[in-house]
Amino acid sequence: MLTLQCPYCGVWAEETELHAEGEAHLKRFGPDSDDADFESYLFMRENPKGVHFERWRHASGCGKFFHAARSTTTLEVFGTYSAQTMEPPQDIKDKITAKYPGWSWREFS
Amino acid sequence: MSKAVSALDGVTFDGFAKVEETGLRGMITVRGDLASKEMAAAVKAATGAEMPVQRKITSGDKGAVAWMSPDELLVVVDYDAANATVATLTDALKDSHALVANVSDARAVFRLSGDSRRDVLAKLAPVDFSKYAFGAGDIRRSRIAQVSAAVWGNDDGSFEVICFRSVAQYVFDVLQVSAQPGGEVGFH
Repeated sequence: MLTLQCPYCGVWAEETELHAEGEAHLKRFGPDSDDADFESYLFMRENPKGVHFERWRHASGCGKFFHAARSTTTLEVFGTYSAQTMEPPQDIKDKITAKYPGWSWREFS
Repeated sequence: MSKAVSALDGVTFDGFAKVEETGLRGMITVRGDLASKEMAAAVKAATGAEMPVQRKITSGDKGAVAWMSPDELLVVVDYDAANATVATLTDALKDSHALVANVSDARAVFRLSGDSRRDVLAKLAPVDFSKYAFGAGDIRRSRIAQVSAAVWGNDDGSFEVICFRSVAQYVFDVLQVSAQPGGEVGFH
């Protein structure tokens, strides 16, 4: 069972109280963008073995969206953080580097 | 105006803990900047209560105020006082970016009392209901079986559960099953 701490209400919420909302840090391409960008935004997703960044929603709780960094192989959670950010906070990146030196995920490493 | 009735008309169940629908209750959703002094003043004027901190519920002479999320409060007052409280809050927040809505008729409230009330809830929600983690003045939004609900602890030790009116029967049924004699857990 995955347990994540909601950064907004501080609750250690287990999986059934949350809703998975797909990949974190997607860059959106809307009207007037070119077809290749739009296609990659719409369909191309990371499917890593190891470090992954996801968006979750505390659906049965405060209702807020937040981001989580975890490993898909060990289910270790490196941390959760606000969804109002363009990249993962440095302390979470440091934690990942300690466990997975040389990791990379999209443009982050 | 038509006569207001609560969702299950005060139904009760006596199991190893007591489950009762509390009847009509005034509930007002307030959204806005909880850190602002206008909000604190509005809440004080409407209920007499202080601004609650994260996952807490505070009470005053006219009602209670629950922390629902970083930008949302639930103001609980008498049913008949709800519209007047909405007016007070709306007036106090007229210069702020805020929303005040009367949701009294959209909700149902249940009260759980008895020594084993914690076990009744612990069977249904993924929440630590031990006395060290949850007590009077705490509020927790979570799920009861398959639907969203919130639970808070009253000063007299009883718990109150709020859920959407549309699922009131479901929530009462699962609370009833959970509190059935023979289903005692004796954990809490």
